[in-house]
Amino acid sequence: MAKELLKGNEAFAEAAIRYGLEAYFGYPITPQSEALEHLARRMLEENRVFIQAESELGAINMVYGAACCGVRTMTSTSGPGFSLMEEGLSYIAGSDVPAVVVNMQRGGPGLGNIQPSQSDYFLMVKSAGHGDFHPIVLAPASVQEIIDMMGLAFDLAEKYRTLVLIAGDGSLGQMMESAELPPMQPFPYPRPEWAVSGAVGREPHIITSLDLSPEGLERMNLNLQAKLAEIQKHEIRWKEYETEDAEVLLVAYGTTGRICLSVMREARKQGLKVGLFRPQTLWPFPSARLNELAGQVRVMLAAEMNAGQMVEDVRLAVAGKVPVHFYGRLGGIVPLADEILAEVKKL
Amino acid sequence: MRHEDIIISGFGGQGALFAGQLLAYAGLADGLHVSWIPSYGPEMRGGTANCTVIVSEEEIGAPIIRHPSAAIALNLPSMDKYEPLVKPGGVLVVNTTLVPRASERTDIRVVALPASDIATELGNVRMANLVALGALLKATGIVNVEAVMAQLELHLSERQRKWLEPNKAALLKGAEFVQ
Amino acid sequence: MSAIPETMELVFQYPESLTKKNTHYCPGCTHGVIHRLVAEVLDELGVRGQTIGVAPVGCSVLAYYYFNMDFVEAPHGRAPAMATGIKRVNPDKIVFTYQGDGDLAAIGTNEIIHAAHRGELITTIFVNNAIYGMTGGQMAPTTLPGQKTTSSPFGRDPRIAGMPVHISEIMAAIPGVVYATRQSALDLPGINKTRKAIKRAFMAQQQGLGFSIVEVLSTCPTNWNLDPWAAMQWAKENMIPQFPLGDTRVSDEVAALKV
Repeated sequence: MAKELLKGNEAFAEAAIRYGLEAYFGYPITPQSEALEHLARRMLEENRVFIQAESELGAINMVYGAACCGVRTMTSTSGPGFSLMEEGLSYIAGSDVPAVVVNMQRGGPGLGNIQPSQSDYFLMVKSAGHGDFHPIVLAPASVQEIIDMMGLAFDLAEKYRTLVLIAGDGSLGQMMESAELPPMQPFPYPRPEWAVSGAVGREPHIITSLDLSPEGLERMNLNLQAKLAEIQKHEIRWKEYETEDAEVLLVAYGTTGRICLSVMREARKQGLKVGLFRPQTLWPFPSARLNELAGQVRVMLAAEMNAGQMVEDVRLAVAGKVPVHFYGRLGGIVPLADEILAEVKKL
Repeated sequence: MRHEDIIISGFGGQGALFAGQLLAYAGLADGLHVSWIPSYGPEMRGGTANCTVIVSEEEIGAPIIRHPSAAIALNLPSMDKYEPLVKPGGVLVVNTTLVPRASERTDIRVVALPASDIATELGNVRMANLVALGALLKATGIVNVEAVMAQLELHLSERQRKWLEPNKAALLKGAEFVQ
Repeated sequence: MSAIPETMELVFQYPESLTKKNTHYCPGCTHGVIHRLVAEVLDELGVRGQTIGVAPVGCSVLAYYYFNMDFVEAPHGRAPAMATGIKRVNPDKIVFTYQGDGDLAAIGTNEIIHAAHRGELITTIFVNNAIYGMTGGQMAPTTLPGQKTTSSPFGRDPRIAGMPVHISEIMAAIPGVVYATRQSALDLPGINKTRKAIKRAFMAQQQGLGFSIVEVLSTCPTNWNLDPWAAMQWAKENMIPQFPLGDTRVSDEVAALKV
């Protein structure tokens, strides 16, 4: 397929359809509503399921229901809606069903505003709901990457029967870029054996996150943790730029990651040995590689659109080998490359 | 290396965002990397609206920039905001119909043209965006006017179809203004 | 099951739609009766293998142990949303939620009202016993004025807590609902009528007519501090005047169903 000029929100929505999305349930919220609007039209054209739910609570529990049937299902939202969804996310994690949620982050806390932000890092990576679990969290930095990650998200969700989040932000949703959509995949995807589908000629399938006995629930948790360990072993993703001779390593994801690409280029022009490390999975976090890099760089600078969230994982990863500095902007302000470059020059 | 960081700014309804999209489409058709990002939010409803368009031979980093290499100011608030920010050696296109002052910059190329008046003469004041875009294309050379006219054919909405030829004329008029 | 001698006739057996597990329900609780009624109806309609149930949070949270069919367990109050997701991707299946008064009429009002408004082709069995059972006898949205519970120790005071929520009457006002009725499991005639209502509700779903809901007045001897018999009497004397029995909405098509 040829490259087109695509808006982030519409691009991931259309990509989801092409990767076999069978049922979408959502609630309008800026800055992701274009995705819901796109799906409202396209899902019906494709004779698939679209429902505008009564709330994000309704939406995520509809996703949960469809996920129990083993179909490719998703919702999309922004911070305030994500907070509401956490109940359902925890149940999805607790009952090992596959689902995908896109969070186009905006400024918070509270109603905040609708400008780009990365302040839901903790929410998605550390505490996507009550109980002991991690979703896989993918962090796209461009329209092309969010398209590609849509397919990856469904594949990972199914492979591990797990929750996969896509951590975008308002600017990624609103921007248009040259990107290529995948061809339409065969539809529908076959439903897995474990799903609820009517107990004919077999024992009933029961999907629940409940186990009243502590021993039973501990077993369930250990199984969940074993699955998460497998994910940590196989699904860590990141991108490196000019790290070979870097003295200063920028660490940033998503929109901030690509801004740091500009920072790095300008720094190199000015003769500064700056490299960039861009995590593409926030969980599992590419800690081991960062630890290796800590052995060769002088200092790291984590940049985020928040008050310092991912930087904690960077510091855990490098375990004190090198100083890790932080630069962030709050409230929906997108940091500019020259601000970050000024920080680099201070190091 | 072909690379421009462009900001197009005006009142909501002046078509700054659409002009930026046309430019991005034309860049894409030319095989370049492009990004377009609007200001969004309440501004859309009557205040100023602007977009940043980056057209480049290399993978685009920051989609939002402080110092554009070229800018269009369709109204006075946009002039006040972006005139000081244009990179030295860059281009600033000013719609003098709505900007009643001259630029003070001497280190940039200023193209001052009465875009709204020209658009009115062509039949619709709302085509000022394309008059200014025509001037910017000519002054920067990032893509040529014909490439944008081709995109206009593809992306002008059904409702606006009757304005196709006048819009093309607007682009050409703007370009002619630049010597 | 061993063959029945020719001289004997089988007059009573487990419905196929129930498992043979012993329930955890308290003595005198009517959940067991209502489970059985649902199971009998599903057997009679021959749809056990096409049915997916959604369990609530509350005393019947473990309903999936007792129903012999595919089941999922919903977050508190969200069963109608989950059922929506399930039914929309399985339009040929029978999908039902089984919910109590806290689950449906308090935390889940948003979900039930909107599922009903969308006219989801699902059936809801709503068991109303005017109290929170599982959490230990707190006030429910359907607790009666003056009724003492662990969280209304001086009796429900309508000036503080408002009046009981009347779900069947609310459902009656919703265009997407084709069948809403309130029945009771407090005596044999009530149980027989409840069975018929449940059958009508599932038939309405089978025919694709719209959303159907059966409210069943029930008891909670344990948390009411009454023996099972006294609980039945208390419910008849106190709950039925507050929650009148009968249909609140029956579409013409549902009325025409031969039950």
